[in-house]
Amino acid sequence: MSSIDFINENVNWKNITPGGEIYEGGTADEFCTGDWRVDVPEFLAEKCKQCLLCTPVCPDAAIPVKDGKRLDFDFKHCKGCGICAKACPFGAIVMKKEEK
Amino acid sequence: MAIRERLSGNEAVANAMRQINPDVMAAFPITPSTEIPQYFSAYVANGKVDTAFVPVESEHSAMSACIGSEASGARTLTATSSCGLALMWEELYIAASCRLPIALACVNRALSGPININCDHSDSMGARDTGWIQIYAENNQEAYDNFVQAYRISEHKDVRLPIMICQDGFITSHAVENITLLEDKEVKDFVGEFNPKEYLLNEDHSMAIGPYDTPAFYMEHKRQQAQAMMNAKKVILEVAADFEKLSCRKYGLFEEYKLDDAETAIVIIGSAAGTSKDAVDALRAQGKKVGLLKIRVFRPFPAEEIAQALKGCKAIAIMDRCESFNSQGGPLGAEVRAALYEAGATPKTVNYVYGIGGRDVRVENIEEVYKALDEIVAAGKVEEPYRYLSLRD
Amino acid sequence: MANVLEIRWHGRGGQGAKTASLLLADVAFNTGKYVQGFPEYGPERMGAPITAYNRISDKPIRVHSNIYDPQYVVVVDETLLETVDVTNGLKKDGAIVINSAKSADEIRPLLKGYEGKVYTIDARKISMAALGKYFPNSPMLAAIVKVTGIMDDKSFLSEMEGSYKHKFASKPEVIEGNMKALKMTLQGVR
Repeated sequence: MSSIDFINENVNWKNITPGGEIYEGGTADEFCTGDWRVDVPEFLAEKCKQCLLCTPVCPDAAIPVKDGKRLDFDFKHCKGCGICAKACPFGAIVMKKEEK
Repeated sequence: MAIRERLSGNEAVANAMRQINPDVMAAFPITPSTEIPQYFSAYVANGKVDTAFVPVESEHSAMSACIGSEASGARTLTATSSCGLALMWEELYIAASCRLPIALACVNRALSGPININCDHSDSMGARDTGWIQIYAENNQEAYDNFVQAYRISEHKDVRLPIMICQDGFITSHAVENITLLEDKEVKDFVGEFNPKEYLLNEDHSMAIGPYDTPAFYMEHKRQQAQAMMNAKKVILEVAADFEKLSCRKYGLFEEYKLDDAETAIVIIGSAAGTSKDAVDALRAQGKKVGLLKIRVFRPFPAEEIAQALKGCKAIAIMDRCESFNSQGGPLGAEVRAALYEAGATPKTVNYVYGIGGRDVRVENIEEVYKALDEIVAAGKVEEPYRYLSLRD
Repeated sequence: MANVLEIRWHGRGGQGAKTASLLLADVAFNTGKYVQGFPEYGPERMGAPITAYNRISDKPIRVHSNIYDPQYVVVVDETLLETVDVTNGLKKDGAIVINSAKSADEIRPLLKGYEGKVYTIDARKISMAALGKYFPNSPMLAAIVKVTGIMDDKSFLSEMEGSYKHKFASKPEVIEGNMKALKMTLQGVR
C-alpha cells in the first residue's frame, strides 16, 4: 500500500500527517487528471523526427520519453491543451475532438 | 565547570549558537540584532563551527532559506529584529505549519513607524499568532540559557515547532553584564544531535513537504499544529528541569517574585522585570505587600498557571511593551485578563502600555504603578483600565 | 541600591565613549565585581552626542534603566559642555572628569554651578604623545579608574596589558602606545 493511501478525507486530526507531509516522492503520477480534456492530441509517429521540442512545453509532463525517444501520450495526465501541437515543427501532432 | 564571563546579550546568544554548532545559519542584518550574525560569521570564518552561513538579500529570503534548509534535514537558525521580523511574516507561518523546528534569535525593537531603533515588543508580539514558540529573557544570562534550551524544545517529537528566543534590543543586547557560561561540551551534550525521522535530503526515502491543503484537510492540520503548541508546555518544563541539573539555574513558564502573599502585583515581560524587582524590594522594605510575575513563555501561553499564581491578589497591573490598537490595551493585557476570567479569579486589573520605542523604565516609574494599584484597591474599582506609563500629558 | 557605583559617559559618536565604558566594565569585572556597561543611542551619525553608562557592584545588578543620578561623570569631548547638561543629576559628593587642556579651576565656571570635585586630563596631548593619533578613550579610562579608585595603578596597568593583548592581537604595535597613554594619564589627572 502506498503511503498516500493514508491521506484521505476520512483521516482525523490526530492521525493526519504533520504539516501535510507526504512520505513518498512523485505522487502526482497516481492522480488521474486526464479524465477530462479540451481536445485530444494524436501522435503521428511516421512524421516525428524525435526532436523532443514537444516534451518540455507540456504543462502536465504527459509526453513520456524513453531511451531518448518520445512515446505516445500519457492520457492519464494529458489535458489536451494543444501546446505540444503548436511546438511541433513537423506536423507530427494533430489536435482532434475527443470522441467517447 | 561554569565559566565566569562578561558579555553583551548579543555576544551571549552568539556564543550559545557557537556551542550548539548548527548546520545552517541564513541571516540578513538589522539593528539591534546585527551583531549576532556578525559574531557568528566570524566563528564560521575562523573554523570555530561547521555551519554553512547563507548571506541573503532580505529577511524574507532569510526565513525562506531557513525553511528549505530545515526541511532538508539541517539544524537551522537565524536572527532578526523589528521590520526584519515583519518581512519574514509570510514565512513564519509556513515554517510553523510545515512543523520545522527552526530557532530564531529575536532582538526586540519597535516597528516603524515612526521609525525607531529602540526596544519594545511590537515585533515579536505581532508574530505571536504565527505558530512559533516564544520565550523571553530578562537579561543576557536568560537569553543565553533560553537559546541553549531552544532546540530540545522545538525538535521534541511531541512539538516540532519553530522557536523564537527574544531579548530586549539594546537594553540587554548591547549591555555588557556578568554571565555564567556552560562549557562547550556541556552544551553539545545537552542539545544533542538533530535526527529528524523524515527529511527532504534522505536519499533512502523521498518525501514531499508543504503541499496544497484543500478545505477537507486544512482544519485537521491546524488542529494538530495547535496540539503541538499545547504539548510544548510540558516539554518546556522538562527541558528546564534538565537544564537546572546542568546549570543550577531554575526556569519555569514564568517567574514569581515575592508573589506568595502579595496584595498587588504586576505582570511584565523582559528587561523591565529586573528593574521592577528593585521596585518590589524597595516597597517591601516599606512594608507593602507587592509582588511580580515575569512571563518567560508567552507561546504557549500558560493561562491556567498564571491565573492560579495571581488569584490571591487584589489588583494587578499588566504591563505591555507594545500597542495593540484594539482600544482596550496590549496583547498581554488581553491574554492575562482572559486567563483570569476563565479561572473565575477576580482581581481588579489595569493594563499599562509602557517603554515603547525605547522609553526608559525606571524603578520610580514602576513604583508609581504599584501606587496606582493601591489606589485601585482603596477605591474598589478601576477608573481607567487602559493607561500609558511615563507619558507626557 | 546605594552600594552600586554609577558612572555616566558623555561623548560623540565615533570617539569611543561606548568602548571606554565597556573597557571599564571589563576592568571592574576582572576585580570580581558585578558590572554593567551599556550605551544609549540617539541619532546614528558620526559626531552626535552619545551617552554610555556603567554600574559596578558587589551584588548582582537587576536594574536596566539609564543612570540619572551618577556618582561620576566622564566627558570625552569638551565641546559637549556647551550643548549637553553633563552635570545633570551628578551627586555633589561625586566628581566629573573632563577631557580638556584647561585646569579644573578654568573649567568649573562652565559647569552650571556644580559644587563637587572637578578633574581634567588632556587626553589629546597624551594620546598624540603616546600614540601619535587622537584616541581619547584609553586616557579617559585611566582617568576615571584613578579618580574612582576602583583599583590601584599597578593592578590596573597589569589588567589592561592583558586586555590590550587580547583586543589588539592582530595589531600588537599599538599596545605599547596605549599602555604609555594609561601611565601618563595616571600621573597627569588632576
